[in-house]
Amino acid sequence: MSEHILEFKPAEGFRARSKAVVDNPFLRQSFRGAMDFLMSKRAAQFPDAEELESLRTLGERIRQYNLAKLPTLLEQLEAKLTQNGIQVHWAETPDEANAIILGICHARHAKLMVKGKSMVSEEIELNHAAEAAGIGALESDMGEYIVQLANEKPSHIIMPAIHKTKEEIARLFADKVEGVDYTDNVDALIQIGRNVLRQKFLEADIGLSGVNFAVAETGTLCLVENEGNGRMCTTAPPVHIAVTGIEKIVEKLEHIPPLLSLLTRSATGQNISTYFNMISSPRLAGEKDGPGEVHLVLLDNGRSQAYADEQLRKTLQCIRCGACMNHCPVYTRIGGHAYGTTYPGPIGKIISPHMLGLEATSSMATASSLCGACGEVCPVKIPIPELLMRLREEAFTAPHANPAMVGQGAGYSWLMTSVWKGWAAVYRSPSLYGVATWLGSRFSWLMPSKQGAWTSVRVPLKPAPRRLRDMLRERG
Amino acid sequence: MSEKPKRVALFVTCLVDMFRPEIGFAAVKLLEDAGCIVEAPAGQTCCGQPAYNSGDRADATAIARHNIALLAGFDYVVLPSGSCAGMIAKHYPLLFEDDPEMAGKARALAQRTFELTSFLVDVLGVEAVAGASHLGKVTYHDSCSGLRELGVKTQPRKLLGSVAGLTVSELAAPEECCGFGGTFCVKYPEISDRMVSDKAADATATGAAMVLGGDLGCLMNIAGKLKRQGSPIAVRHVAEVLAGGALVAPIGESGEE
Repeated sequence: MSEHILEFKPAEGFRARSKAVVDNPFLRQSFRGAMDFLMSKRAAQFPDAEELESLRTLGERIRQYNLAKLPTLLEQLEAKLTQNGIQVHWAETPDEANAIILGICHARHAKLMVKGKSMVSEEIELNHAAEAAGIGALESDMGEYIVQLANEKPSHIIMPAIHKTKEEIARLFADKVEGVDYTDNVDALIQIGRNVLRQKFLEADIGLSGVNFAVAETGTLCLVENEGNGRMCTTAPPVHIAVTGIEKIVEKLEHIPPLLSLLTRSATGQNISTYFNMISSPRLAGEKDGPGEVHLVLLDNGRSQAYADEQLRKTLQCIRCGACMNHCPVYTRIGGHAYGTTYPGPIGKIISPHMLGLEATSSMATASSLCGACGEVCPVKIPIPELLMRLREEAFTAPHANPAMVGQGAGYSWLMTSVWKGWAAVYRSPSLYGVATWLGSRFSWLMPSKQGAWTSVRVPLKPAPRRLRDMLRERG
Repeated sequence: MSEKPKRVALFVTCLVDMFRPEIGFAAVKLLEDAGCIVEAPAGQTCCGQPAYNSGDRADATAIARHNIALLAGFDYVVLPSGSCAGMIAKHYPLLFEDDPEMAGKARALAQRTFELTSFLVDVLGVEAVAGASHLGKVTYHDSCSGLRELGVKTQPRKLLGSVAGLTVSELAAPEECCGFGGTFCVKYPEISDRMVSDKAADATATGAAMVLGGDLGCLMNIAGKLKRQGSPIAVRHVAEVLAGGALVAPIGESGEE
């Protein structure tokens, strides 16, 4: 049922992809059920509205404080990590990031890389690059393992396989995992994955992970996870490579507790995740485990474009909890794959244009009813609706007219822009508006009974026989 | 205590003007019953939200400039719509952030602008209204802009609570978007249809005979779906019920008689 989705062209086919999900009651129901569950778990974590509000305000301030100092903090982080024995690499593009990672692999004659959950590795499509270079890349997060087996992409940034039922996973395991019979017992399925992965952690030459927070002052890489696979990836193989976006930085350790609390409570409704890893160096003399080598790859990929604009910079406050997806009435209906971007849902709509260009993501900002639920739940108060509006403005503006989105075409067609110009001409002028609405009500019987997309599912609209303004005038 | 009566400009909104003038009359009655002097300035067209939400900032700004001049001089500006009130109260000041001459005027207008039920309850302190009597069980949809931009949630319920023979039976998801979203509903009809179908199912499950709300766009969307399904549930703007007096045919039904 889940289609093979590897090559995305976000702007093209968004409607067709979303329609496919909307028309599939089974898939729709499974998304809806999962999102309702996550929403209620989050709500249970924040029973006190005042506490939530003050924690969100604190989270916002911490993120804004650190973003304001980002260039300095990045230098400080590099210096501190280097001092701690962790090697730092800078990548402007996904290709550069892949080249760096695969370069490290080649230097160690690596054959197998085990991966902890990392959305940045999805963003750069590392698995493809590794495969092309003859290096096995194996996902070890259970959800990521499932979507990798199915040759798909994650449909949610926290719950990659949320679109799959346990029966589908059971069939997938029976088909793809050697020596496994069909079972839809969830515990048995997890045990199957665990048995496969346990062996691979021991065999792997490279462990790859993401980073939730990088602390500049101490040179510490923090990793939030629930399955223990992140700890395995970062301790068992001889080399650990962490990859993350340049925005994930905080100055001080004391910035972490509020952000961590907001992250786990907003994401999965957990008070705290099962594992919280803090990595400050490779294995030191006398230590019994840990990798001999640790690398950090810092990726830009459009983030500095968002950073350069004061308003768009707020996009980078994100701590990747996924609450905006769980609460989005559009995401809940269409799921993550329909978006065609690595990051789906509301956060995907505001971050993807910087990564892929505005032209390629023009349906992102408009496929929103601007209901505001995302902004309401965001733990670091990213004003997502306001940023969607800003991106709509950028798309409306002629190409290259605005330095904020340099080198990117307008997302709107000439026809659409003209329609708005005509509309505005009528609504700016009380006299033209008067004529138009008078015609509308006087000739309401001429109103077609088929009104395009509106009447495909609703009864037609009919203007009232008399306008309010006429009736008020007569009333005197 | 003889307080000077408040001079209120009713901004009827373009949808109400064209599709449901009764809401405008209901708003006038509610405001006059509460002791206001109500005027509907003749030069009003639209708040500019459709252009603004489409990214057409220049035209939205031109419309806002027109309205700021038109609505100067009134004590308050009241709209029977949370999303249009939100446009003036929250977004006009943003449009003129970099225009020192207009910024103050936009902010001053924003501070005097209210959604109808919140104006009645929060500003005028209205506790009870006459209301249409014996409507039985109704349900209420919280429109997104009113709810999240202006905090409209308890005010309509408080006023409905004062109406005799009426109880509000809440939706399972009263704060979930109905799928209207202005141009969203025609740009992405499949997604919008799924959203409004869920809203219609939620309303049906309450067993209420009527869906009420504070925004005509959302109400036309919900009514359009319910009527297409052949549902007997009536859809009305909350002001129609609060104002009392004879009720005209519900939204989406008048055109079919």
